[in-house]
Amino acid sequence: MDGAAILDELRARFGSAVLETHDHRGDHTAVVGRRALRDVLTFCRDSGALAFDVLMDLTAVDYSKFPGREDGPRFEVVYHLYSIAHNHRVRVKVRVDEDDALVPTANSLWPIANWFEREVWDMFGIRFDGHPDLRRLLMYEEFVGHPLRKDYPITRRQPLIGPAH
Amino acid sequence: MGVGSFFTSKLDEAIGWARKYSIFQYPFVTACCGMEYMATACSHYDVDRFGAGLPRFSPRQADVLFVVGTISHKMAPVLKRIYDQMTEPKWVVAFGVCTCTGGFYDNYATVQGIDTIIPVDVYIPGCPPRPESVLDGLMKLQDKIATQVQRY
Repeated sequence: MDGAAILDELRARFGSAVLETHDHRGDHTAVVGRRALRDVLTFCRDSGALAFDVLMDLTAVDYSKFPGREDGPRFEVVYHLYSIAHNHRVRVKVRVDEDDALVPTANSLWPIANWFEREVWDMFGIRFDGHPDLRRLLMYEEFVGHPLRKDYPITRRQPLIGPAH
Repeated sequence: MGVGSFFTSKLDEAIGWARKYSIFQYPFVTACCGMEYMATACSHYDVDRFGAGLPRFSPRQADVLFVVGTISHKMAPVLKRIYDQMTEPKWVVAFGVCTCTGGFYDNYATVQGIDTIIPVDVYIPGCPPRPESVLDGLMKLQDKIATQVQRY
């Protein structure tokens, strides 16, 4: 199935829960509402025509200093899906605000989401509802803040041992 | 100079000479510098010429800690612990610019020079350093070991 048909399928099934879709150089993206996210992902995995059995990547973007996007929702959580059976891909995005940075977990759909979501929590401070073990993945426990947020000072040092530099 | 100091300075020289040709290194390899370290250690450049041919993979059997590659803050306590586990006398070589200063990893995750954690005897800059620079650093370390005054 080609990308445009995948987006048509999602629009037909979920209607207004698919907030917008676009196609950039052959990469097809659907932005969905947070409430519908879990259903959309479940449908993507289980529908025979889509059959997205691989979660290639789960990451996030901080738009707080992005030109033209400063006033919108701060974060976007991005899911890259791939189907081995059909050899097709789609990207699903969900937008969340800073004070309500909570997204339902995809852990039960793709177990790999466990560590991806821990990384997103570590780097961006976005929580995942229903995650079994939401600890930091890359940084150490005592680390304060989320370093990939755009307002994290680039020169801030948090040494675990030894003097500050 | 009394007779006693004559004997101890000659003894220092003898111990220093023996030690500088029996360097047992502990390679603490975390990143790409490791490839250059391996190139230096293999037969083409041959660190065995300097008596440093036998890496020991236990800190308790090693004299020289080669810190090879970027050290993150998460790895820092491990490095400190390895250093503490080594017995005296011990020396540390900072191999590559990441261990010397943090290199271009001027960010939240990287230790800005391992000398903020443990004392360093020889710095070998380079990204990564060529085997020639490593051998130069090794010879500088040998000079340092040979001229070191022992505590009796």
